[in-house]
Amino acid sequence: MTSRKSAIVLGGSSDIGRAAARAFAKAGYDVALAGRDVAALEPDAADLRARYAVEVGLHKFDVLDTASFDGFVAGLPALPDVVISIVGLLGVQQDAESDLTHATAIMRSNYEGPALILGLFAEKFLARGSGTLVGVSSVAGDRGRASNYVYGSAKAGFSAFLSGLRARASRGGVHVVTVKPGFVRTRMTEGMKLIGPLTVEAPVVGDAILAAVENKTDVVYVSGKWRLVMLIIKTLPEAVFKKLKF
Amino acid sequence: MTLVSGWGRFPVVDSDVLRPRSFAAVGEAVSSGTVARGNGRAYGDAAIGAVRTVGMTGFDRVRSFDPVTGRIRLEAGILLSDLIDTFGPRGFLPFVVPGTRFVSIGGAIAADVHGKNHHCEGGFGRYVDSLLLRTGQGEVIEASREQNSEAFFATVGGMGLTGIILEATMRLRPVETGWIRERVISASDLDAAMRALEASDEATYSVAWIDCVARGRDLGRSLIYLGEHAGKGELPDGADAFPVGKDPRLSVPVDLPSMALNRTSVRAFNELYYRMGARRSGGSHVVSLYPYFFPLDGIGGWNRIYGKRGFLQHQCVIPEQGAGAVLGEILDRVARRGDASFLAVLKKLGQGDGILSFPLPGYTLALDFPVKGDILNFLDEIDRLVVAAGGRLYLAKDARQSRTTFAAGYPALQRFNAIRKSLDPAGNIRSKLSQRLFDEV
Ligand SMILES: Cc1cc2nc3c(=O)[nH]c(=O)nc-3n(C[C@H](O)[C@H](O)[C@H](O)COP(=O)(O)OP(=O)(O)OC[C@H]3O[C@@H](n4cnc5c(N)ncnc54)[C@H](O)[C@@H]3O)c2cc1C
Repeated sequence: MTSRKSAIVLGGSSDIGRAAARAFAKAGYDVALAGRDVAALEPDAADLRARYAVEVGLHKFDVLDTASFDGFVAGLPALPDVVISIVGLLGVQQDAESDLTHATAIMRSNYEGPALILGLFAEKFLARGSGTLVGVSSVAGDRGRASNYVYGSAKAGFSAFLSGLRARASRGGVHVVTVKPGFVRTRMTEGMKLIGPLTVEAPVVGDAILAAVENKTDVVYVSGKWRLVMLIIKTLPEAVFKKLKF
Repeated sequence: MTLVSGWGRFPVVDSDVLRPRSFAAVGEAVSSGTVARGNGRAYGDAAIGAVRTVGMTGFDRVRSFDPVTGRIRLEAGILLSDLIDTFGPRGFLPFVVPGTRFVSIGGAIAADVHGKNHHCEGGFGRYVDSLLLRTGQGEVIEASREQNSEAFFATVGGMGLTGIILEATMRLRPVETGWIRERVISASDLDAAMRALEASDEATYSVAWIDCVARGRDLGRSLIYLGEHAGKGELPDGADAFPVGKDPRLSVPVDLPSMALNRTSVRAFNELYYRMGARRSGGSHVVSLYPYFFPLDGIGGWNRIYGKRGFLQHQCVIPEQGAGAVLGEILDRVARRGDASFLAVLKKLGQGDGILSFPLPGYTLALDFPVKGDILNFLDEIDRLVVAAGGRLYLAKDARQSRTTFAAGYPALQRFNAIRKSLDPAGNIRSKLSQRLFDEV
C-alpha cells in the first residue's frame, strides 16, 4: 500500500486557501491547514474530512512571526509533498503611503514572510530530493501601479524570489509554481469593482493550483486573459504608463 | 442598495445585499425587512428582502457525514451541485432534486422543492431531519419533527419567512451509480399524457414535457420520461459508475432580442423535439443523471433567451379530481395565444409536508412566458381557473399572483402566520414576496 500524498496550505482560512485545500483533498491528498487562528480552521477541517475522507491536520502559523518558522517546520509531523502559500495582505494603499506600520505589514505579509517560509521548506525538499512549492503571487507584481504599488512591489519581490528559487531548485528535483490569480471574488475583494470577464471564483483558483502542481507548470495566470492584459501593461513605455490612471 | 431580481429577471428591485461570513454576522444582519437568499433560482421576488437580502452561499461547509447511513449535516448555503459532485462518487445522492442543480440546501428546504419523484417519495423536506434556524426575534433554535416542530413544519416550504436556516441535517439516498434507466413514452394528447402518468405511479421518477404550441387534436401531446436508478450491471461497457457533471458548455452571453422566440421557431423546435422523442419511445436506455434531472443546466444563463424584460413562470397544481378538464382549458388558451415557451412541464404530485408547501395530490403544470403585452391580465384569467378548481400557484416561481389567488390556494396560511408571529413578533423577516402576498399593509 502506498501512503497518500500530502499538502499543507499556509493561510488556510482565506477563500483561496479553502478552495485549494478542497481541490487537493478531492484529489486524494491528506491536507494540513495552517493559520493564525487554529480554532477558526476547525470547521474547514471538519468539512474536508466529511467530504473526502482524508486526514486533515491543523497548525498554528503566523507569517509575520518569522522567528517561529524554524520551529513551525520542525514541529510538523512529517514533511509534506506540497506546500502552498496563500498568505497575503492587500492593505490600503492610501494608508500605506503615510503609515509606515501599515506599509511594513503589507510588505512583510506579501514578501518577507512567504519567501522565507517557502525558502525554508525548499531546503528540506532539496535535502529529500522531492517536493513542490506553490506561491500565490499576483498580477499586481508584474508592474507597479499608482493605485497599489506597496502591495504590488511586495508581490513583485515574491515573484522574483519564486522564479530564482525555481531555477535553483529544479536541479534538485524540487518544483516551484508561481500563481497569479488576477481578480478573484473573495473576502479580500468584496466591495471592489472587479471586471467581470477577468474575474474568477475561488474554486477555479484552487483547481488551477492543483493542476499546476500535477502538471509541473511554472507560472500560472489563472485566467488566460490576464497573461495578455499584463503583457500589454508590462510593455507600455514608462512615459505613457505614468499618465494612465489605474 | 443594489438592483436584485430572481431567475426570471422580473421584477427587478432595490435591496441591500449583505454576504455575512459567520453565523454571528448573519444574526447581526437581520433587521427590519430581511430575508435569506440562496442561489437566486426562485423566479420572482421570494429571495429579495423587503429592505435587505442576506446571501448565504458563502456557508458551504459539510459539518459531518456518516458514510454508512448517509446522514449529513450541512451549512445551508451549499449547492446541490456540490453535494452531488462530492457524495455521488461515494454512493450517495439527494433524495429529491429540482430541475436545476444550482440551488442551495437552504433554498431547497425553504421552497420544499419537488422532484420527478414527488408522487411516490415526497419533497425535499421529507428527508430533512432537523434545522438550525436563526429566527427573526434573534434566537438560534434547533427545529425537528420532535423539537420545535411547529417551527420545523413552517420552515419547510416557508419561503424563508420563519427566519434564516443556518444548517440542516438530512438523509442522502444510497445509490450504486450516477446513471438513470430512462424510458420515454409518447402521448398524442393531454388525456393520453395524464393516463400515462397515472399508469406510471410506481415509477420512481416521472415527468411529461408538453408541446404547448400544438392545438386541436394534438393539444397536450407530450413525451413522458420515466426513470429508475441504474445498477452497476446496467451500465454501458467501460462507463464510470459515476459520470462527471460538466459545467455548462454553452452559455447565453447577452439578452436575445425577443424576436428570437417566435411562433415559427418555437413550432419548428417542438415538432422536431416531439418526433425525436417519439422515435426513442418504447424501450429503455441508460442516461447520466445530469441530462436526466437537469436538462436546462447544460446552457448557462438560459434565462437571457427571453430578452431584457425577463419572463414569468406560471406553475399551478390542480387537485386530481377533474384536473383533466381544467388543464385542457388552460393549455387550449395558452396554445391559442401562442407565446408560451417551447415546452411545458406536467407532473403528478403527492401530499406536501410543510404547512405552506406547494404540492398537493394532483397535477402540476409549469409554463414560461416572456414579459410583454397583456401577459399579466392573461395570467390573472388562468389563475381564476386554478382557484375555481381548488388549485394553487408555486411561490418559488411566482412574481405576480394576487393576494386573493394566494389566500384561496393556501388555506393553512392563518396557521403559518401565527407560527411566524411567535418566532418573529416584531416582523423583521419580510421579503418582497411576503409584502406582496401576506403582510398587512
Ligand atoms: C431551471 C429551474 C428549474 C427548477 N425546477 C424546479 C423543480 O423541478 N421543482 C421545484 O420545486 N423547484 C424548481 N425550481 C425552483 C427552485 O428549486 C427553487 O426556487 C429553490 O428555492 C431555489 O433555491 P435557491 O437556493 O436558488 O434559493 P433562492 O432563489 O435564493 O431562494 C428561494 C427561497 O428560499 C429562501 N431561502 C434561501 N436560502 C435560505 C436560507 N438559508 N434560510 C431560509 N430561507 C432561505 C429565500 O428566502 C426564498 O424564499 C427550478 C428553478 C429553476 C431556475
